[in-house]
Amino acid sequence: MTETAVATVTIEGERAPRVELLGPSVDLLRRLWDQYGPLMFHQSGGCCDGSSPMCYPAGDFITSDQDVLLGRLDIAAPGGEPQSIDFWMSSEQFAYWSHTYLSVDVVKGRGSGFSVEAPEGVRFIIRSRLMDEAVPFA
Amino acid sequence: MTVYAAPGTPDAKVTFKPRYEHWIGGGWVKPVKGQYFEDISPVNGKPFAEVARGTAEDIEAALDAAHKAAPAWGKTSTTERAAVLNKIADVIDANLELLAVAETWDNGKPIREPLNADLPLAADHFRYFAAAIRAQEGYFAEMDGDMTAYHFHEPLGVVGQIIPWNFPILMAVWKLAPALAAGNAIVLKPAEQTPVSIMVLVELIGDILPPGVLNIVNGFGVEAGKPLASSPRIRKIAFTGETTTGRLILQYASANIIPSTVELGGKSPNLFFKDVADQNDAFYDKAQEGFTLFAFNQGEVCTCPSRALIQKPIYDSFLGDAIERTKLAVQGNPLDTDTQVGAQASNDQLEKILSYIDIGKKEGAKLALGGSRADLGGDLSGGYYVEPTIFEGHNKMRLFQEEIFGPVVAVTSFEDYDDGIAIANDTLYGLGAGVWSRNGNVAYRAGRDIQAGRVWVNNYHAYPAGAAFGGYKSSGIGRENNRLALDHYQQTKNLLVSYSENKLGFF
Repeated sequence: MTETAVATVTIEGERAPRVELLGPSVDLLRRLWDQYGPLMFHQSGGCCDGSSPMCYPAGDFITSDQDVLLGRLDIAAPGGEPQSIDFWMSSEQFAYWSHTYLSVDVVKGRGSGFSVEAPEGVRFIIRSRLMDEAVPFA
Repeated sequence: MTVYAAPGTPDAKVTFKPRYEHWIGGGWVKPVKGQYFEDISPVNGKPFAEVARGTAEDIEAALDAAHKAAPAWGKTSTTERAAVLNKIADVIDANLELLAVAETWDNGKPIREPLNADLPLAADHFRYFAAAIRAQEGYFAEMDGDMTAYHFHEPLGVVGQIIPWNFPILMAVWKLAPALAAGNAIVLKPAEQTPVSIMVLVELIGDILPPGVLNIVNGFGVEAGKPLASSPRIRKIAFTGETTTGRLILQYASANIIPSTVELGGKSPNLFFKDVADQNDAFYDKAQEGFTLFAFNQGEVCTCPSRALIQKPIYDSFLGDAIERTKLAVQGNPLDTDTQVGAQASNDQLEKILSYIDIGKKEGAKLALGGSRADLGGDLSGGYYVEPTIFEGHNKMRLFQEEIFGPVVAVTSFEDYDDGIAIANDTLYGLGAGVWSRNGNVAYRAGRDIQAGRVWVNNYHAYPAGAAFGGYKSSGIGRENNRLALDHYQQTKNLLVSYSENKLGFF
């Protein structure tokens, strides 16, 4: 079974990672990478397919100063060339999410905005737990 | 009580085709790449029809058809277009049960909703815009005695529309009616979770519209939605969905310098001021129902009243009554007219709701009711059912800040007016809100102070055509369900006419 990939720390002044890919996500992302090339995540809020991580070809979604890079995830197999995936969230959403640690999982599913995994009949989903270091609701 | 026969059984009101192609140029067109995907009914978790899996090639074909049709359609008189819209409305009325069963089977919603809300509203919506376009007038202004500025409404041409899955027909109609009334040709992409009911509708209304005026391409967002939204061949893109895709669509629109209207959801507060409980009367009963409406359409509504804010003095009693009220909600077979809570629209939606119930518990919210997947047994065992769920907590919890899109309400208390408004507005979103008070002054002020595009005062979840609907803040841009929507589908042509023989005198 593929191991969980834990993100590097990308937020200045922080020590603990904030996001990880569970094994099934790593496997799926490797296949999607073969198909689409380098990838990125942007965590969605709001309606319908929202509150889910959206996966796009890297650069397809233009991030800005209004976004936070939560971490950088490497899906490369051991010994392979790095395959780095940035995980983004809007700053305003991060203000309400910062106390939680995010694990990207995969479930059977159908729709997902323009996220690249949908045609595979699966959907990325966020599982959450409280951060060890962050103070909730500070 | 009526239990409608399930599609595929002898007495069913609707017989689905085994396969639905694209609707392009007034006929059924196979996908260029020959691929299909299965449509799964959330009622039982089983596939029931195949649907064309559209790609950029199919979008191009639909755009070809739309561009061919747009010039003539844009020149039709408003009288003719209004007549077309009225005919469509009549067909919806005449096929109410057939469309309702199709909608319930595709989406999972209890059939009393399409029978009494989605479809009557859809028909009325066409009639509203038939009336609105006929009543719309251009305007002119006299610049001076010799010069007049005439302003004409002109259609944009060909527009793209991407539709959500929570009200597959009604949300399509919210976009179709103003666009058609204004004289545009359309390429529409339904949601991949609910691709079929809209095709059942187009089977019925397809020959009312000239070929190519309405084109429907099904498929996945990345394969069909993206080529539509990013096409330089549309003059506008309309979208209902969520924030990240909304931003992406606005980025595509900016690349093509076209307008975009986006409706991106919410986390709507529902405020109950203490005087609501002054008497145990019909109004109190109405307010209790107003709380329980979080479970309407399984919570899969952009304006789901998913944050209930109850003033402190009545918090315990009002919530206690509301919990008892919610326990009475009948969850069951969506085809049974007595069922009040049906199935979530898809497996991933079910999983997401359960993940939020999980994080709510981890954040320390108190579970007051529900909190689990419901197994309804028998044929429905594989369906996607969630118990109506009530949590108590505080507004900084993610449970209070994210649209779960399920039958889950997060409840908290507020001290006084200012505290209530502050909590109500402490959110990224501003689509809907509810205010309940017997004091008209309080209700009015609260309605004005809440930063949301639609504030229901002493009612909730009414969507009459004519009442403008749209978001403040991160809930989006634009207004639907009102004649304002015509503006989103029209250009303004200014004809500046001189009636003077005298030259300007500059040269």
